[in-house]
Amino acid sequence: MRAAWRRAGRARLPRGEGPWAWLAAASISLSLLLLALLLALLATRGLGHFWPGDVTQLTLTDGRAIAGRAVKQAPLPEGGMERLYRTDNRDLDGDIWSWVPVADIEAEDRPRDLVVLERRRWGRFVGRLVAWLPAAGERREGEAAWQGLQARLATLERRREAITRLRDTTLLPLARRLEAGSDPQAARALTEARARIRVLREAMEGGTLVLESAEGRRLRLPAEEVLRARRPNAMGIGAKLAAWGDGVWRFLSEGPRAGNVEGGVWPAIFGTVLMVMLMSLAVTPFGVLAAVYLNEVAHQGRLTRLVRIGVRNLAGVPSIVYGVFGLGVFVYGLGGSIDRWFFEASLPSPTFGTGGLLWASLTLALLTLPVVIVATEEGLARIPERQREGALALGATRLEMLTRVVLPMATPAMLTGMILAVARAAGEVAPLMLVGVAKLAPQVPVDGEFPFLHLERKFMHLGYHLFDTAFHSSDVQAALPVVYATALLLVLVILVLNLTAIFLRHHLRSRHGGLSRC
Amino acid sequence: MSIARDVAPRRGACIDFSDEACCLEVSGFGLRYGAEPALRDLTLRVPRHRVTAFIGPSGCGKSTLLRALNRLHDLNEDVHREGEIRLEGQEIHAPEVAVAELRRRVGMVFQAPNPFPMSIYDNVAFGLRLQGGLRKRRIDDIVEWSLRSAALWDEVKDRLQASAWALSGGQQQRLVIARTLAVEPEVLLLDEPASALDPISTLKVEELIRNLASSLTLVLVTHNMQQAARVSDYTAFLQGGELVEYGPTDTLFTHPRLARTENYITGRMA
Repeated sequence: MRAAWRRAGRARLPRGEGPWAWLAAASISLSLLLLALLLALLATRGLGHFWPGDVTQLTLTDGRAIAGRAVKQAPLPEGGMERLYRTDNRDLDGDIWSWVPVADIEAEDRPRDLVVLERRRWGRFVGRLVAWLPAAGERREGEAAWQGLQARLATLERRREAITRLRDTTLLPLARRLEAGSDPQAARALTEARARIRVLREAMEGGTLVLESAEGRRLRLPAEEVLRARRPNAMGIGAKLAAWGDGVWRFLSEGPRAGNVEGGVWPAIFGTVLMVMLMSLAVTPFGVLAAVYLNEVAHQGRLTRLVRIGVRNLAGVPSIVYGVFGLGVFVYGLGGSIDRWFFEASLPSPTFGTGGLLWASLTLALLTLPVVIVATEEGLARIPERQREGALALGATRLEMLTRVVLPMATPAMLTGMILAVARAAGEVAPLMLVGVAKLAPQVPVDGEFPFLHLERKFMHLGYHLFDTAFHSSDVQAALPVVYATALLLVLVILVLNLTAIFLRHHLRSRHGGLSRC
Repeated sequence: MSIARDVAPRRGACIDFSDEACCLEVSGFGLRYGAEPALRDLTLRVPRHRVTAFIGPSGCGKSTLLRALNRLHDLNEDVHREGEIRLEGQEIHAPEVAVAELRRRVGMVFQAPNPFPMSIYDNVAFGLRLQGGLRKRRIDDIVEWSLRSAALWDEVKDRLQASAWALSGGQQQRLVIARTLAVEPEVLLLDEPASALDPISTLKVEELIRNLASSLTLVLVTHNMQQAARVSDYTAFLQGGELVEYGPTDTLFTHPRLARTENYITGRMA
């Protein structure tokens, strides 16, 4: 009937019967436009962050020189405009921003020899490479200095990777084993690994850069402090694209640095996905069983109706309330008890009695439970009575009817519930702050050490990372691009999770012949 | 209850009603949905290996009676019953009767075809797999036999793994019959099995019903008087939840004893 109505509406549309169709079309266009705008904003701001844009060198009327990238422009109260430049060099200037009145700019230039260094401390450096002093050998200047530096940085990068590998695969597991109890063999291996790391560290020392900022201030920097060196003004489009890809990849695959404002978000991606998966694992069977009881088993009386209304209303409880519940019941109640029973040795420092991956997943499972129940119930209600009777008439018991006919037919609806649950859970931040998310937890909760999945560990989450970088970093303006990039990533992660579930549902639906519209 | 004794033998066989072996015996059966009576004090005997049709106006209780024969009413809450139904002498509501086993013995085909969303093969094997303990080869054989019995084998033998939902309505209905036959029921209940089908499919299903009567007891509910006349050996006319007249089909349609029956058959009923 609805389809017929829609057809009738479409048929009337060209003849212009009233504005209602246009009104409806306008509202859908507006929502699509807003969505596109949101994605475009996130994409340009977020992804633009990794683009090695040109660096401008300014000569001001008073003779000073400044090098940096223009960020934005604002009107001055006394007329004219002023521009905000990101000049970096926090260690030299005490600030990375610089407002310059446009009227004061005498000349603008993009010299090819301006270098941008990513450093381990103090953020970026913008300026010139005056000389490169290798650990052994002669002082080099000009192009030779640049080449010497690049070669040295490649070696350093390899050593850094070797150290990280050694730390993650050997050092940390050994340290944990020793923490659990004394073990002379492990202690020996640990000392050995430490020695190897020390050797690598020592090999990284040596080599000094002599740098000069645009204002002419000199600086000597040990080479090991430098992560990457680029000359954006001298780079072609191909090199810039490669640098951009490298930046994006590092953002996705590395852990955060410098108060989360620099570096990557890999632990946060991993934590988000893992937490959502654990939540789905907990909520789906639980919700499906509850829906089966409500729809198939319970006497359809006033009490059932009341329970159903209750379940639907649970979906409207603010998420922070679930966080409080999780903290009280899961973390302090359940976790505290587990600690008293099984981890008494390590008390008073809590193992499960503090926020962690397990409690966060369970709290979110509870939060999304109504969604799964409602969706599954709707799916069950849509299965025609004659399918159930058909199974019963063949001598199936009620359980056999449920497991062999009804539940397979309701699977797409269950997956719809799961999709909605994932969409809701992946974006929740408020309850997580109470039950286990961490600002910094570079160790992901899965590793090669028994029991491989560490449910008691704290974890990082993209949503919380976003909140943290946006509001808790020392320089919000500098953190902004990271915030956009993280937001884009969060949207993408949720999209991928949902697409997986949708693909699964489509697959199941085509296999089961499929009830239309479920 | 009326039993016509002076009936001419049909198609040469001696089927005088009193001589028929009784398969299902309904005695003093009544059923209420809440306070609303649906069936009142019904008593009738369904003869073995014959086709018995229930006819009557909508809401007369014929489908309700049919569903009572394999206890499908157990699903509904608020259903109260009285009286007895015996299958081969065994009261079907007795506590020692397993309802799943009863439903296997008394199969049912519904008005709208209801194949499960699985392959044709899996549909037919569904009941067999519920029983369990059968080897793959044996299941293959029974599936083929059932599909042949339901006159569907030739149409689907090359696509047994195709979805049952891809079949036409008539094929689906025969598939459902094959599915029921696979568990070797003693009685087959058919609730207006052809009402959703086109004339050719209807003909095929009717033919099938006639052929099955050699080894099965069939009970058919139908709105279609011609169908009842064509297919059934005995016909019961129900009205308002009561049995009005019951007898051999020929007699009931040609010489109904009661005016109510005649009015209904000839279409003069309000």
